[in-house]
Amino acid sequence: MTNKADDFSWKVLDIDLEAEAKRITERLRDVTSRVLNRRGLVVAISGGIDSSCSIALAVRAIGPERVFALILPERDSSDDSAVRGKLLAEHLGVQYHVHDIAPALEAIGCYQWRDEAISRALPGYGPGWRMKIVISGGIEGRVNTFHVVAEAPDGRKFDERLNLRDYLQIVAATNFKQRLRKTLEYFHADRLNYAVVGTPNRLEYDQGFFVKNGDGSADVKPIAHLYKSQVYAMAKHLGLPERITSAVPTTDTYSLPQGQDEFYFALPYREMDLALWALNHQVPAAQLAKVLGCTEERAAYIYRDIETKRRTTRYLHRSPVLMESVKEITPNVE
Amino acid sequence: MSTRSEVKSFILKNYLFTEDDAALADSDSLMQKGVVDSTGILELIMHVEDTYGIKVLDEEMVPQNLDSVTAISAFVERKRGK
Repeated sequence: MTNKADDFSWKVLDIDLEAEAKRITERLRDVTSRVLNRRGLVVAISGGIDSSCSIALAVRAIGPERVFALILPERDSSDDSAVRGKLLAEHLGVQYHVHDIAPALEAIGCYQWRDEAISRALPGYGPGWRMKIVISGGIEGRVNTFHVVAEAPDGRKFDERLNLRDYLQIVAATNFKQRLRKTLEYFHADRLNYAVVGTPNRLEYDQGFFVKNGDGSADVKPIAHLYKSQVYAMAKHLGLPERITSAVPTTDTYSLPQGQDEFYFALPYREMDLALWALNHQVPAAQLAKVLGCTEERAAYIYRDIETKRRTTRYLHRSPVLMESVKEITPNVE
Repeated sequence: MSTRSEVKSFILKNYLFTEDDAALADSDSLMQKGVVDSTGILELIMHVEDTYGIKVLDEEMVPQNLDSVTAISAFVERKRGK
């Protein structure tokens, strides 16, 4: 028997991209037609690598004429996101629609609720400021805590630990963005009798980096089993424009540029991929440490952080819990 | 009320929705028993900060200080003794 831990290196993430693309597109075609009984697929594209790769696979599976793209910017989106979204839609030859969701978010109170909580943590915060949320603690073996990092219009910088009440309110308010986008995706899906594609990669799916009933909601998730570096490789394999395949992953949710690793993941995505693969294949922390070039203690904290996030976000994956099994519909109830 | 019984009563009422003292042993790991997740730990931190007028520092936010009734009450006592 081969001991996977013995062969552990960056190469474990290499896959046969053409075989994988073929497998995903065949399955996606079958699922859309026979499982979901829909005539096509709606994909919201952010210009990021995951939605780009997902829509490219959708196009390869069922053709550009059956894929509808949505570009859904709001006040805090980078201008470049919509530009890259259009570039991609035109590259793939799909029909697309741009809908600025800022007025709807304003009307529902997204920005107001968010700014009220930020102002409590950072008196003086107001129009013209830019901000983001940063996570810290987990890979030092501590409980993860959240900070608001902000920049005043005059360039002064602030970094304050958020109390839980304010953190929850900021996140709850910003979650409006993902939920409103999903509402629009389903509007177009219902209108066209299409299904909705969810675009998480494996890191996001496993670690619960999504909003329940927001970007977590979908009819099919074609790349949820692929590690993020595999998604980058797949996007290149599918011939996507260089501006897409070289984009740095961001959350595109807050007004200051925010890396996904600052907000949620303990490490930059390539290292997270490797750590998650290693944990999934029972690679000892010492071996992970050797490949990552860190201490064994830190590698152990990384494992613990991954497991903590899995536990904390398990509820995001759950369907509503029933009090008693309705066997005819769903056979198992916890 | 002692710190230990106040902390325990807070956890029983707010996390387990009970007043039954037997529902949780003082030494039980709150994480392992599924009583709290990481958001739950942050709620506990906020509670002890508000109730005891202490400030939990970043470097003190470790499971050894926060993962059981015994650990939390000992931690709070240490902080208040300072």
